[in-house]
Amino acid sequence: MNGRIRGISGPTVSADLKGLKLYERVYVGHDMLSGEVVRLEQDRAVIQVYEDTRGLAVDEPVKGVGRPLTVRLGPGLLSGMFDGLQRPLESLREDMGPFIWRGKEIYALDYMKRWRFIPLVKAGDEVSFGTIMGYAEEGAFRHFISCGCEDQRKISSIVDGEVSLDEALGEYEDGMEIPGCNEWPVRIPRPFRKKFAPTEPLVTGQRGIDFLFSLARGGTAIFPGGFGTGKTILEQSIAKFSDVDIVVYVGCGERGNEMADLIAEFKELKDPWTGRRLMDRTILVVNTSNMPVAAREASIYTAVTMAEYYRDMGYNVLLLADSISRWAEALSEISSSLEEMPGEEGYPTYLASRLSSFFERAGVVDTMSGKTGSLSMILSVSPPGGDFTEPVTQACLRTSGAFLMLDTSLAHRRHFPAINWFQSYSLYGKDITGHYCEKVSSEWGNLVQRCTEILQEEEKLREVAEIVGMEGLQDGDRLIMHVAEMIRMEFLAQNAYTDDAFSPPEKTLSIINRIVDYHDRAAHRLNEGVSLDRILDEEKML
Amino acid sequence: MRLSEHTYRTIVTIAGPLLFVQKVVSAKIGEVVNVQTPEGRVMEGEVLDIQGDTVLIEVYGETQGLDIERTSVAFTDAIKKAPLSPDIVGRVFDGSFKPKDGAPMFIPEKRVPVTGAPINPAARDRPQDFIETGFSAIDGLNTLVRGQKLPVFSCAGLPSKEIVAGILKNSRLADIEKGFIVIFAGLGLTFHEYSFYMKALEDMKTGFIGFVNMADEPVMERLLAPRFALTVAEYLAFEKGMDILVIITDITNYCDALREISTAREELPGRRGYPGYMYSDLASLYERAGRIHGLEGSVTMLPVVTMPEDDITHPIPDLTGYITEGQIVLSRELLQKGIDPPIDVLPSLSRLMQKGIGEGLTRGDHRTVANHLYKYYAKGRDLRRLEAIVGRDGMTKADIMMLDFADSFEREFVSQGMTRRTVNETLDTGLSIMKRFKLEIL
Repeated sequence: MNGRIRGISGPTVSADLKGLKLYERVYVGHDMLSGEVVRLEQDRAVIQVYEDTRGLAVDEPVKGVGRPLTVRLGPGLLSGMFDGLQRPLESLREDMGPFIWRGKEIYALDYMKRWRFIPLVKAGDEVSFGTIMGYAEEGAFRHFISCGCEDQRKISSIVDGEVSLDEALGEYEDGMEIPGCNEWPVRIPRPFRKKFAPTEPLVTGQRGIDFLFSLARGGTAIFPGGFGTGKTILEQSIAKFSDVDIVVYVGCGERGNEMADLIAEFKELKDPWTGRRLMDRTILVVNTSNMPVAAREASIYTAVTMAEYYRDMGYNVLLLADSISRWAEALSEISSSLEEMPGEEGYPTYLASRLSSFFERAGVVDTMSGKTGSLSMILSVSPPGGDFTEPVTQACLRTSGAFLMLDTSLAHRRHFPAINWFQSYSLYGKDITGHYCEKVSSEWGNLVQRCTEILQEEEKLREVAEIVGMEGLQDGDRLIMHVAEMIRMEFLAQNAYTDDAFSPPEKTLSIINRIVDYHDRAAHRLNEGVSLDRILDEEKML
Repeated sequence: MRLSEHTYRTIVTIAGPLLFVQKVVSAKIGEVVNVQTPEGRVMEGEVLDIQGDTVLIEVYGETQGLDIERTSVAFTDAIKKAPLSPDIVGRVFDGSFKPKDGAPMFIPEKRVPVTGAPINPAARDRPQDFIETGFSAIDGLNTLVRGQKLPVFSCAGLPSKEIVAGILKNSRLADIEKGFIVIFAGLGLTFHEYSFYMKALEDMKTGFIGFVNMADEPVMERLLAPRFALTVAEYLAFEKGMDILVIITDITNYCDALREISTAREELPGRRGYPGYMYSDLASLYERAGRIHGLEGSVTMLPVVTMPEDDITHPIPDLTGYITEGQIVLSRELLQKGIDPPIDVLPSLSRLMQKGIGEGLTRGDHRTVANHLYKYYAKGRDLRRLEAIVGRDGMTKADIMMLDFADSFEREFVSQGMTRRTVNETLDTGLSIMKRFKLEIL
């Protein structure tokens, strides 16, 4: 199907092409730029172009591909780096040097590489969508390859040995080949049998999160914060230390230098849980702020589809996106070039529904093959001016399971991670605390309670102290202030550049145990009539 | 590719810097056009938007005197490119790349599109080589590294000019033999500012290039000048292996120009009337800083942002802060106290500092010294609020000491006037203040 360009406005192009479907992928212009149909009118299709449109002329050809924007799913995705359209960045670099010029399509997967395929089905077996046919060893992971056919089929032959993605794994009885990789449209969630409520903890290695606002595997969390509040560092720390099998990290409209740093670090660092190279369990999707806006909009879908693919193999997958606000801005830029009626603050009115359907792709599921997998999401939000009443934060709040508010004033005091312990919350807290009580220590829940109380008490006392001065406070109150400071400095604050960056639950517990214990002993001595100054002096001597 | 230049006399609307031309065949988006006025004056313009055969053109230059009947528009079939040659060093141009220094135009070695292409994130090298600026507040606590973009957030009336000039004069790379080539993009400069900067640039020994758009020159050129500057920067850095420091002042004028054009195009305004794509637009400038694996040169960027109403949450500093790797914030309060330079280290930040300091880069104890200075100063500043309520007499001895420390820190560490301090001197100054107050250094 061919047509011609009729109009161009920023990232959107209109063409006189009939017979297209909504969200169908198209090639635009002589340079074959990738695009996607976003609106259809009787004699006109509006296309959002994923690449820089500069130099594109009216009357250049437009061609429909017949299918929507898809990603390729198969062995070799792990430790890969892709742009928002799943083009592998390393191959792009080999192909055209350090700068990304447009109009280049490179497959995400290496079709030449040979994989050792071990079949789990045999000739004569009946298979249907999701049935696992076998696996290839992808690093330390068993990469399960499942049936992609909609209807039930019988296998007539299957390979056992080395194959490349170019070759078939075998044949069905009707003569159709069994492919080693398949494609999936990014905007359609991959199917599963059943979804469960999240009940298992997602250990992040960040004390402030694991202890006070614990997250769940299959859950969702957001952390909004103004610039300089450490969103990226926190996001990266979680990517490094989380207790999950696979991490998909999306740098969505963020800084290029930061991504370079992340890439370098992930190649060097080891996963603290398995001791393997971090990069081996990671997929990076990178669309920095100066890369095309429409590809930025697509990047989170590209990422979540790859994440779902590994979830379907029964793995615990964590999707991290930095930052979802940049995605929302891309949505709004495209919307405004389509001349749609804007909603709040220029964002399109469908912002909230798009966001909530994205969040709903997270969860613990019974996959089509009968395995249990989970997909968790932790997204950072960059509210303009650090104002949390803005539309993106508010829309996220309605659907996400945990809210970790990053506080500018804590960041200015260099208290990192700058998670505000009064405003933040986690809806998973109760169930997960039970889990920690069982696995780590029965004291866990009790200590959480104690810690929260001390911090609350401090807040009250701080107001009093601002009026009467510290000297005006009673010894008991000063002790609370002192202990709260210990909690803040020694427990909640965690330097991302030292060994302390990762704190396993046992360590978390032992630190808070020590502090609460210290408080109890000091309070006991105060009761015996010893003055606080003396207690503090003795402590210094030690 | 068209064989001949197409010229049209089919203008239907002229609105500010924008022209609508009808019945145009195969126009390209971003195509350069030559607009000829009835008097024969020729100006450049660029195609912004195409709907069928109607083309929207943005004119670089003064549109006064244009008319609908006799003004002609010639389509050149090419997109905006910058001429490049190593001979460019030492020259000053205006916002449309015409020599402003009286000398003839150089002969270009090549021409490349001014918008550039994004650096492949996989090809980027992490910035980590220390740059010594001579200012303690920057070197000690908010270290600048090669390939970083670090803006100066200033307020009207604060000496951002002097700080930029100081950095130009005093900056040294770790490898002392190599110097920076400075590329200066002045956007909407007053004559006063212009003469100040020109003097500072001419004092530089290593060489500079200027792109200057004066306050009374066309607004459109304000959008173009920084792109010329950065295209030249990328060329000199990544093809000629030079270390480039790009100064852009003032980003606020750039954003106001962007808003002016956006409103003329009748686009939907976003926050405070700025267009919704301002983040992406600013990113297309800032993200051109960096280093590339396997290549010698670097582009370091130091944009100046004057915060309207001294408000750091205003869209211009806000979006800038979200893209750049930190910020140097100037404070009116410190200026009034006589602190020179009036850099407020608490809201200031260098995101790439951790990679650029320490043993072998600056000094082994840099991180410890910086963390402690920061911590104690933050505490002292916090206590000032308490002091305002309960008075000095109502405070503990320890608290009073922290207050005094904060004062000394501002007067002795941050304030340094025109003297240049090496990073060793900076760290020693910090250490000696902490020692004097008997503060623990772990």
